[in-house]
Amino acid sequence: MDLVLAKAMPEDKANAERAADNVFAAARGRLPGVGRIADIRARAFEAYERVGLPHRRVEEWKYTDLRVLMRDVLLLADTPDASALRRAQAAVQQAAFKGAIKLVLVDGVFVPSLSDVAKLGKGVIVRTLREVLESSASDAMAGLVLSTTADAMISLNTAMATDGVVVTITEGTALRRPLHVIHVATASAASHFTRSYLHLDDRAQGTVLESFVAAESAGGYQANNVKIVLVGNQAGLSHLRVRADAPDAANISSEIIAVGSRAKLNLFDMARGGAVSRYQDFITLAGKEAELSMNGVNLLMEKQHADTTLVVDHAAPHCVSRQNFRAVADGAGRSVFQGRIIARPDAQKTDAKMTMRVLLLSDQAEADNKPELEIFADDVNCSHGATSGGLDESLLFYLGARGLSENDAQALLIRAFLGEAIEGIANDNLRDFATAQTDHWLKARR
Amino acid sequence: MPLLEVRNLHVCVEGREILHGLDLTVNAGEAHAIMGPNGSGKSTLGHVITGKPGYQVTAGQILFKGEDLLALAPDQRAAKGIFLAFQYPVEIPGVTTMNFLRTALNAQRKARGQSGYSTPHFLKKARTVAKQLNIPQSMLKRGVNVGFSGGEKKRNEILQMALFEPSMCILDEIDSGLDIDALRIVAEGINAMRSQDRSMIMITHYQRLLNYVVPDVVNVMSKGRVVKSGDKQLALELEASGYAQFENAA
Repeated sequence: MDLVLAKAMPEDKANAERAADNVFAAARGRLPGVGRIADIRARAFEAYERVGLPHRRVEEWKYTDLRVLMRDVLLLADTPDASALRRAQAAVQQAAFKGAIKLVLVDGVFVPSLSDVAKLGKGVIVRTLREVLESSASDAMAGLVLSTTADAMISLNTAMATDGVVVTITEGTALRRPLHVIHVATASAASHFTRSYLHLDDRAQGTVLESFVAAESAGGYQANNVKIVLVGNQAGLSHLRVRADAPDAANISSEIIAVGSRAKLNLFDMARGGAVSRYQDFITLAGKEAELSMNGVNLLMEKQHADTTLVVDHAAPHCVSRQNFRAVADGAGRSVFQGRIIARPDAQKTDAKMTMRVLLLSDQAEADNKPELEIFADDVNCSHGATSGGLDESLLFYLGARGLSENDAQALLIRAFLGEAIEGIANDNLRDFATAQTDHWLKARR
Repeated sequence: MPLLEVRNLHVCVEGREILHGLDLTVNAGEAHAIMGPNGSGKSTLGHVITGKPGYQVTAGQILFKGEDLLALAPDQRAAKGIFLAFQYPVEIPGVTTMNFLRTALNAQRKARGQSGYSTPHFLKKARTVAKQLNIPQSMLKRGVNVGFSGGEKKRNEILQMALFEPSMCILDEIDSGLDIDALRIVAEGINAMRSQDRSMIMITHYQRLLNYVVPDVVNVMSKGRVVKSGDKQLALELEASGYAQFENAA
């Protein structure tokens, strides 16, 4: 396949590779970790280089061709200076979830002065990726954090990650305040890479938010983030993510998640910014009777492209998974949803359901839905469904005849449509937070 | 000055003319019935007055308090005081009835330059009116018309009419699908709204509703025009003799 591509677009590929090569070579001296870590990085970059940016002939990236959408990988952003941090601070204040403990990464670098590390309670340990990679004592941890997969963008992240947060919530600890990881981009036309790690030990409970925002005047950047999440046995995690990047930015974020026995994971994901964004989640229900409830909303306008790609791997028996996603595409927005449910041979009594609905608000908007089931166990209950369509004209007229302007009528119906996914957020405050994000998008749409 | 004046109205749907020069004058305080066979254009008239998309007005005028209605969007007409009780009220999942009522009422008030109702004030008002119409509180918490019976949907239309207090109420087959008890409740709701400065247009097939809500004027429509107007006796004559005579007249 590589050979064919090389023939088809020799110049493009050569350019992309040259740029990427420069990216790694140029950044190498700034990337934390030596010895074994440096080797892992070099090998990961080689793995990336062999295939380059994913394109439409790579099945998993069929609808999100990064060679077209990103062209190439930009040079690593500089370490933020004092003026960048001032701009970041304003963005952090706007994005912060009330009452949460902030963990702030600016252009891929953890910034203690904008974070609330001192307020962490007992049983919560937060380190930076840099600390972990530079400490010889945590070699095993470093290897785990930088573990990689066959996905080219994750390989690239393994090679390039400058920093991140490494969070452990110890056994039985219930987080009193939510953690809010806030990624702020201040640099323009540059890339940043973070690698984070979140471990809830057995019976730990917590709420973690993650936001991606841009400081004023930042644009055209590329964010590539990977998070590894381990939810221990009987642990409970509520996790909400919002991508609200600059309108011309790219954000490729991946999560590799393992859920233990009788653990509960409640996930919510939203994209309401960025020219190109993709969230890819690889979730393994590894322990029996684990429960995954996952909801999400992608909000698109103009030429935005948002991709949600999920692999839900039922590897243990009696696990339940629910995915309920909504997308609203206006302008020439393009929504991509790929959802695969796997039921492994041992995963008897799997109960899995995946739904994606897209609301298309214009003739130019597009939706690509690809649900897949891979069932290897014989006693399972798995289903998926995907629909797309426009707003119902008869509803719009009814609302108009009751005094709502066309815009207000549309907003009411869009809110109702999205509400079906937002209602899946278990925590009231998080639900309000997600609703506020939706309102923000609806206002911008006017 | 009449409250509503329809002059020589010609309306097409997808290139086919449905209304062929309709005239109708409704004065303030009057209750009009519009009767006529299926396909005579009764519902089309209600839709065109309220601004439903998909209808092309090729000639004629609709004046409301002397102002040209055709230039206004549906929401602007609603704010001016025009209300249509739908023959088939739509279901809006995910929008609670209470939220919908408040959003709509405050949108109308805002368009008229009035302040919005506060939540407690609105709730009190909505609950009072709902009680009069025998609408349980639980219904107000559900999605608009979602899972409502035919009768509940019609009562919900009257509830809206009572809350919005429009000056021109168009009731499109408000009696269809109602049993006797529900019809009586709906009719009481309509009668309670009658006043010197509020007019009604009741589009109906049957005389039955008019026993409860007695019209000042009965208009017979046939083939896209009003072909005869008279007092309430006309409705009784129609009930006895049918529409055939008017179909020939048109």
